[in-house]
Amino acid sequence: MSGVALPLSFFVPLLTALVVFVIGVRRAYGVILLGALTTLAVALYVAYAVAVGGPQVHYLGGWEPPLGVELYADGLSALMLAMTALVGAGVTLYAGPYLRGKGHDGERFWPLWLVQWATLNGTFLSADLFNLYVMLELLTLTAAPLAAMAGDRPSLAAAMRYLLLALLGSMAYLLGVALLYGGTGTLHLREAGELAGAEPYTAVAAALMTAGLFAKAAVFPLHIWLMPAHSNAPAPASAALSALVAKAGLYLVLRLWLWTFPALLSAPMGWLIGGLGAVAVVYGSVQALRQPRLKQVIAYSTIAQLGYLLLLLPLVALPAAAVSAWHGVVLHALAHGFAKAGAFLAAGNMIYCLGHDRLEGLRGVTPYLSVTLLALGLAFVSLMGLPPSGGFLAKWLLLEGALAAGQWFWGGVVLLGGLIAAAYSFRVLALAHAEVPHGYAEIRSPRRLPPAMEWAPLALVLLAYGMLLGGVPILELLDQGAPEGVR
Amino acid sequence: MTQAAFFSLVAGALSGIAIYGLITQRHLLRRILAVNVLGNSVFLLLVALARRDPDYVDPVPHAMVLTGIVIAVSATAFALVLARRYYSETGLTHLPEDEE
Repeated sequence: MSGVALPLSFFVPLLTALVVFVIGVRRAYGVILLGALTTLAVALYVAYAVAVGGPQVHYLGGWEPPLGVELYADGLSALMLAMTALVGAGVTLYAGPYLRGKGHDGERFWPLWLVQWATLNGTFLSADLFNLYVMLELLTLTAAPLAAMAGDRPSLAAAMRYLLLALLGSMAYLLGVALLYGGTGTLHLREAGELAGAEPYTAVAAALMTAGLFAKAAVFPLHIWLMPAHSNAPAPASAALSALVAKAGLYLVLRLWLWTFPALLSAPMGWLIGGLGAVAVVYGSVQALRQPRLKQVIAYSTIAQLGYLLLLLPLVALPAAAVSAWHGVVLHALAHGFAKAGAFLAAGNMIYCLGHDRLEGLRGVTPYLSVTLLALGLAFVSLMGLPPSGGFLAKWLLLEGALAAGQWFWGGVVLLGGLIAAAYSFRVLALAHAEVPHGYAEIRSPRRLPPAMEWAPLALVLLAYGMLLGGVPILELLDQGAPEGVR
Repeated sequence: MTQAAFFSLVAGALSGIAIYGLITQRHLLRRILAVNVLGNSVFLLLVALARRDPDYVDPVPHAMVLTGIVIAVSATAFALVLARRYYSETGLTHLPEDEE
């Protein structure tokens, strides 16, 4: 039974997307909700099955590797799957009222988003390097149209830039897969790693695949496309792109380095990749401090927060740091997913009510949008890493690991990033809570928010706080199928 | 030199040309073409890999190339539509940051 749940988590959203595409959104809104809830139930069931019975395996169509495609769910996959499902359910509930009244253009969101959800699940479950390439391309081909949905000059340029860079990235990834297959004769994620060892061709393949994924995940210095693409998309699409799609690329980087190329992970290599992450943390946070619009602030904060995930690679080789750093980084990926999706949806509420998201124009908005601003504030608290948020738990573990191994530099990066995150968060919140200046145009009473839009961001953000309560079961689930060094 | 080695070298040269084109060309159509050339160089490498052993053809890379071609066609179609829409919206054939 549990084996069937793995393909279901891919096929349920995919079939929903097809049905919605064929019969049209106006008649299919119930189908969308049903599909989203079923996907959520399947994802939670997979997490439960992995927690109880260890890693789950399913061979698609009964074809065993090396010919067939293996679906494989360990603790990491199950957690990412569950996080995606919770964020996805929130985005689906939110997008219904947000897109209503936008006519035909709004309807295009649904098939793209549902296929994207299916693809994300496929990415987290595939144990086949070529199948992962297909999933990466599908992510690009659904994310770029979502970024272009507004159809105006900045969003079309952003989508074009994103598409070209992402296609270059996936070709680099495929070139790496080709080399690895040529050397080992297998496409299986773990088998290829065991057969390959630390040969020169493996190093080239690892470099190509990592660079390609960096382009997809907007890791410094390949980050230029992210801010315009994510800030010009409609709010539910921004939430999905920032919280889930970019992270899927980094998930794969960690998966490859820990499962396929552990033999190549020398200290200088860890420092190189971790160093790029550290630069991304500082650079993204400083840029977020300088942006004039709320969605741009949140988009740059994504670049910074994704950088934290790379700090795992210099720490994982040190036995004193490995376990804490691994736990911290995965918790950070989950907490960031919830907080970032909530923050983008809250920004969407401001655009919905005020018609813009310029920070200067947010003065005096708090009494009208109190629930939204509560969600935004709590999301920022988690991004800063203050207790009692999930972000705090993640950064605490990361810091503990870094300091236990005497790696003060990486600990300093974590602290500095949190400090600058506090600066850009308080800049936004201070403006929103400020008095309307005297003689300034009277604030128009904003449009009323539908209840789903008012509460969805808060519910998502509260999940990041719920992680503190569920910390122990989450970490136990994560240990299922984790590689030797980090258990 | 074996056939496989020869075609692998050709694939390497092609991908170098493609990446050079993607970076230096500003016209969107040329960049989309460069991505296609890059894709074809990878497919060529895969086909060459399938013939490493002169007596035996490995079918798996062929299946990968077929899938890859389908994806490349859809990605190119979308990129062309996006480029046309961008052109009709802005009158530009290159991205705004490439302005002189």
